[in-house]
Amino acid sequence: MLGTTIHELTTAFARGERSPVATAEAYLARIEALDAKVGAYLTVMRDEALAAARDAEARYRAGRPLGPLDGAPIALKDVFCTRGVRTTCGSRILERFVPPYDATMVTRLRTAGAILLGKTNMDEFAMGSSTEHSAFHVTRNPWDLGRVPGGSSGGSAAAVAGGLAAGAFGTDTGGSVRQPAAFCGVVGLKPTYGRVSRYGLIAFASSLDHVAPFALDVVDTARLLGAVAGHDPLDATSVSVPVPDYEAELAGGVKGLRIGVPDEYFGTGLDPEIERAVRAAIDVLRDLGATIERVSLPTTEHGVATYYIVAPAEASSNLARYDGVKYGLRVPGKDLIDMAGRTRAAGFGAEVKRRIMLGTYALSAGYHDAYYGQAQKVRTLVRREFEAAFARVDLLAAPTTPGVAFPHGAKADPLAMYMNDVYTIPASMTGLPAVSVPCGFSAAGLPIGLQLIGRALDEVTLLRAAHAYEQATPWRRRRPDLG
Amino acid sequence: MISREDVEHVARLARLALDGAELERMREQLDGILAYIDTLRGLDTAGVEPTSHAVPLVNVMREDERRPCLSQDDALANAPDRHDAFFRVPRIIED
Repeated sequence: MLGTTIHELTTAFARGERSPVATAEAYLARIEALDAKVGAYLTVMRDEALAAARDAEARYRAGRPLGPLDGAPIALKDVFCTRGVRTTCGSRILERFVPPYDATMVTRLRTAGAILLGKTNMDEFAMGSSTEHSAFHVTRNPWDLGRVPGGSSGGSAAAVAGGLAAGAFGTDTGGSVRQPAAFCGVVGLKPTYGRVSRYGLIAFASSLDHVAPFALDVVDTARLLGAVAGHDPLDATSVSVPVPDYEAELAGGVKGLRIGVPDEYFGTGLDPEIERAVRAAIDVLRDLGATIERVSLPTTEHGVATYYIVAPAEASSNLARYDGVKYGLRVPGKDLIDMAGRTRAAGFGAEVKRRIMLGTYALSAGYHDAYYGQAQKVRTLVRREFEAAFARVDLLAAPTTPGVAFPHGAKADPLAMYMNDVYTIPASMTGLPAVSVPCGFSAAGLPIGLQLIGRALDEVTLLRAAHAYEQATPWRRRRPDLG
Repeated sequence: MISREDVEHVARLARLALDGAELERMREQLDGILAYIDTLRGLDTAGVEPTSHAVPLVNVMREDERRPCLSQDDALANAPDRHDAFFRVPRIIED
């Protein structure tokens, strides 16, 4: 299963060379044998997966598969509501929460015939960059079990990298899919804000949360995006714009494309090994026919500070719903307020409490304009800089992360952890689509990610360039050895 | 610099019953994070409109029609404490 893409699997299903049931069984067997090492999953949906695989098999036998994801075994970050299947968001406060409905993206995946293998580990409420903030256990990077897979969608990234799922979904709020994709040597795509419905996604920061796929290659990424993209009347922030056939649009290469390289993404703090790999990747894009030019995005250095006001502020409001009344943990108290205070103190972990406190402070009387108001204005400055850059170029190319996957416990200081997101945050704050695609390895054998950022709703150009780069380089064929 | 009283006030607003040690750790960590975030204050944003969402959004309207929704049992299935068709909470009205 290791290294087998969704498109290889479904082609083999259609030809009768592989069985969806046997394939689902093989992934479940790998999970049983290897996930104790990796810790990618919080819940394995064994019976549901096998039942869905039997249905897929019957459809292939009848020559009527549902589409390009029929029978594809995929994993979901435990942030997406799954009807009848526990959904924890990595938190004690939702440890026994069983959603009564499916997220829209889950409904769409089921309708497309995807086999849901289970729910993956994550930083609690998606707050973190290492998956060490899960209330349940850490996840290990399949390339080096002593290192983090990145986060917050680290379980999904590790599952795909380790051959414990053929593809997966996570969420990207400040880089939570692109960064773990880079750390785990897989492709991770944050689509344009509003491109994918968030109905049934447990909210963290509503102006920044994006549903985002992980895959072994760009063809699979295009396929996963196509399955979930599109307007949803249940999500007022989803955009009503037709969904292209992303996979059909992948060919065409980068000849004539103008690609900008922002100076500010190659400054101090960038690991020289990453700089070399990313600059070499940009050379590959030039050799393939793209025009490369320098651009400047001077407000980049303020991105992390801006994000760490906006995201905690929105989180403090979104997480107010966990009050011990309607669902989730309840710790008894002498009155409603006492009950809520005790419930939240017991149910939330340290990082979540820190962000709720930070966000509440930033929104509180006397501070709102200085913090949240100012951050929202800086966000406008960042947006204008991207608009100016995209008047000259079609795409931007940059590193995904300043460093490679770090050892567990290496970033105990919250600020050091936050600085990991410096290159991923700008596309989050502007809602622009961005993809991380493997572009090499460090001397120690750890994966490195190239980040491409595109114009709003232009995932087609973004994926086309990522595909052209991937086809011209050998990285996707190297896979970690889990034994 | 953020004071212990500020932290206690914010914890009350946030409905987080933190103990003394947690409050002190929180004060130290918030102090460090806020010092970093304060670098934003120096940026000139005079006359700049705030961005509240990543895409231009207008109000999204629909007809106010009856549609299927969660059953009462489904909606109450995760309740920590339930009484008939209600979420039960501690008494909030004095006798």
